[in-house]
Amino acid sequence: MKKLLVLLLLAVVGYSLYKPLSQVEFGADRIGDIENPTTVGAYYLSHTPSDLSVANVITAIVVNYRGFDTLGEVSVLFLAATGIGSILYRRRKEGEHSETITQPSSQLLQAGAKLIYPAILVLGAYVFIHGHLTPGGGFQGGAIIATGFLLMMMSYKDFHMNHTVLTWVESLAGITFVSVGIGGLIVGKTFLENFLAIGTLNDLFSGGIIPIIYIAVGFKVAAELAGVLDTLLSIKEK
Amino acid sequence: MELFLISVIILAVLLLAVAVYAVMQKDLLYATIATGIISLILSVLFFLLQAPDVALTEAAIGIALTTIIFVITIRNTSRREDEILITQESEASKIDDKVKANM
Repeated sequence: MKKLLVLLLLAVVGYSLYKPLSQVEFGADRIGDIENPTTVGAYYLSHTPSDLSVANVITAIVVNYRGFDTLGEVSVLFLAATGIGSILYRRRKEGEHSETITQPSSQLLQAGAKLIYPAILVLGAYVFIHGHLTPGGGFQGGAIIATGFLLMMMSYKDFHMNHTVLTWVESLAGITFVSVGIGGLIVGKTFLENFLAIGTLNDLFSGGIIPIIYIAVGFKVAAELAGVLDTLLSIKEK
Repeated sequence: MELFLISVIILAVLLLAVAVYAVMQKDLLYATIATGIISLILSVLFFLLQAPDVALTEAAIGIALTTIIFVITIRNTSRREDEILITQESEASKIDDKVKANM
């Protein structure tokens, strides 16, 4: 009976996936003429370089055209991190180590982690600073930095994140995002409107407010994810 | 173009195979590692399909962070799927006694 229900559910899901997708011809050009845009995708592709001088169109969509959505996304992540922290966070006693990691890691892992850890941090910073030029951005760069911290937490038992610093970094990054948005409201007409010089295409300092917002998002995501991992690793077993 | 299509199809089939393995596996640690491998294949697929932004996200979050969070959770709960069902019963104490006897 249960298997029958599962099969029925799968059939319904499969049919509802198949039906709209069967209308689209395989490999069909869905964007259309970029010079004379008729779809919103073509509009973004044709107007991003001239309006915002941002080379990575995805970043322009995420941070500028859909900037308010990104603010909501960042808040969701913040809420998730706050929830995990409020349930699991436990202040460490003096000289207390992580309970989850019981055995010391090998010499090889410790030496390798020490060698590769700064490189991961630099890669993450590169990804979010160049978010408007190359693929990647605040979320990706922040997650890469968090993996760097994770590597150190797993290799060294006494490597802990300072939660006071994390809280400050996280809050300041969030305040930067919102105040840049309010700056657009004051100078221009709408929230998160670009009010800085857009510069020339493919320059590091171009795109107006986009690099500022993405750097703030990068710091925010890195602080949140590192805090979550540190909290999870400090769970004490019953 | 042909090579591209063939490699995408091979990766998709591999993805499905690893996904089925992850669902069928009773040992949750193995299932978690399989989920990480799914993310790895998926990020290569995203890159091949010209979505490098999504590929980066999938690589950082899917392969490293999610896998590690699941591993930590397994470390703090139980490793095998059937253990969870048994420990919910009153047999929890019996298992503890058995483990102690084996040690």
